[in-house]
Amino acid sequence: MIAIVDYGAGNISSVKKALEHLGVTAEVTSDPRVISQAEKLVVPGVGHFNRCQPLNRQLRLPLLEAFSEGKPFLGICVGMQWLFEGSSEAPEISGAGLFQGECSRFPAAVKCPHVGWNQIDVCEHSRLLNGIPSGAFVYYTHSYRAPVTEETVASTEYGGAFSAAVERDNIFGVQFHPEKSGATGLKILENFCGL
Amino acid sequence: MGSERLTKRIIACLDVDGGRVVKGVQFEQLRDAGDPAQLARLHASAGADEIVLLDITATSAGHRTLIDTVARTAKELFVPFTVGGGIRTLDDAAQVFDAGADKVSINSAAIARPELIGEIANRFGSQAVIVAVDGKRGDRPPEAAEVYVSGGRTPAGRRVLEWVREAEERGAGEILLTSMDRDGTASGFDCELTSAVANKASIPVIASGGAGNAEHFVDVFCRGRADAALAASIFHFGTHAIADLKQTLLKAGIPMRWPC
Repeated sequence: MIAIVDYGAGNISSVKKALEHLGVTAEVTSDPRVISQAEKLVVPGVGHFNRCQPLNRQLRLPLLEAFSEGKPFLGICVGMQWLFEGSSEAPEISGAGLFQGECSRFPAAVKCPHVGWNQIDVCEHSRLLNGIPSGAFVYYTHSYRAPVTEETVASTEYGGAFSAAVERDNIFGVQFHPEKSGATGLKILENFCGL
Repeated sequence: MGSERLTKRIIACLDVDGGRVVKGVQFEQLRDAGDPAQLARLHASAGADEIVLLDITATSAGHRTLIDTVARTAKELFVPFTVGGGIRTLDDAAQVFDAGADKVSINSAAIARPELIGEIANRFGSQAVIVAVDGKRGDRPPEAAEVYVSGGRTPAGRRVLEWVREAEERGAGEILLTSMDRDGTASGFDCELTSAVANKASIPVIASGGAGNAEHFVDVFCRGRADAALAASIFHFGTHAIADLKQTLLKAGIPMRWPC
């Protein structure tokens, strides 16, 4: 079973629908016990970084446990940003600090939010993006983005390059919405389910 | 700064009445063009970048039907999905999101009570709030365009450009601009009005009203500076397959998601 962690960050039903379409059992939950028992975790999220606080509080223990056990973990959009150290969107709230760097707003030179389909440049060694070619289109909707780091496995250009996907061991994050990225997104979710 | 790879979006719109897709010519005479769930999937697989479902009757009695339609449509749809029509309160919006919409489009209700924009944005994020603006200007310049509500029947007593600015400040994530002068005419988008709005707004602008052929789309992206363009009947009746449209736009140098 895949647990989709519900921490009050808006609408997350579309992730469940996409996983169900792939024939995977997924449960939307905010219950730490269910999260502990899940084989894999997805932390979706759209909206403001300040919504991440429950991840640092009541859900902190089961999440830390999952990281240390090597349970496959996928953060989507704000769920990925939370894997970094923090975000200038809500400086008072810390991220998980699993990836280095802070998330920041797009420069004024580009329209913000970054909404729509953009292309990713993919690193060959990514397990999450296995079979996804560079140049594939994915759907974005966000105003803040994570920097490119050594653990970036895909990047997108918009007001400079930012992390489209990060990956270390079994911890994965995508800034775009795989559940809304057509066949490309479904393939990425399928890769995650198959880990 | 490379923003040129962000593609322009082609949005297929389903005008729905009582759970069935219809299309008005200047919002009158309706024709039945099928089941929304099926049409939405067809459009997505044909290359539509996004689907918008607009409930054009939106009576209170029809709200339950709408929620069922949204749920059925969202179930097998893996591109962004917006729902509009009859969303008057935060609770209405929450129900539509629960049923599977990614964004809501609000129009008359936002004019009547502009705080609604911020309320939905605070709970679901700005990316989930599209403010739909129906503008009419006749032969006057874009600056004189007036907002209309209630399906284009009633003047709201506001200028389009000023309302767009306020909607953005209140937390709108995108503007869906419909030219009431062009809607249903297939004579092309109102590029002057669209570019005036796009210049004023720092959020994406979706142009709507008047799409008749591929050149109209080229025009609204180049001259109109639109971020996305929306059309309904020209896709439903197969007069312009989305693939053909995207090919034409790519040849004109407009970034498109292709292949899909």
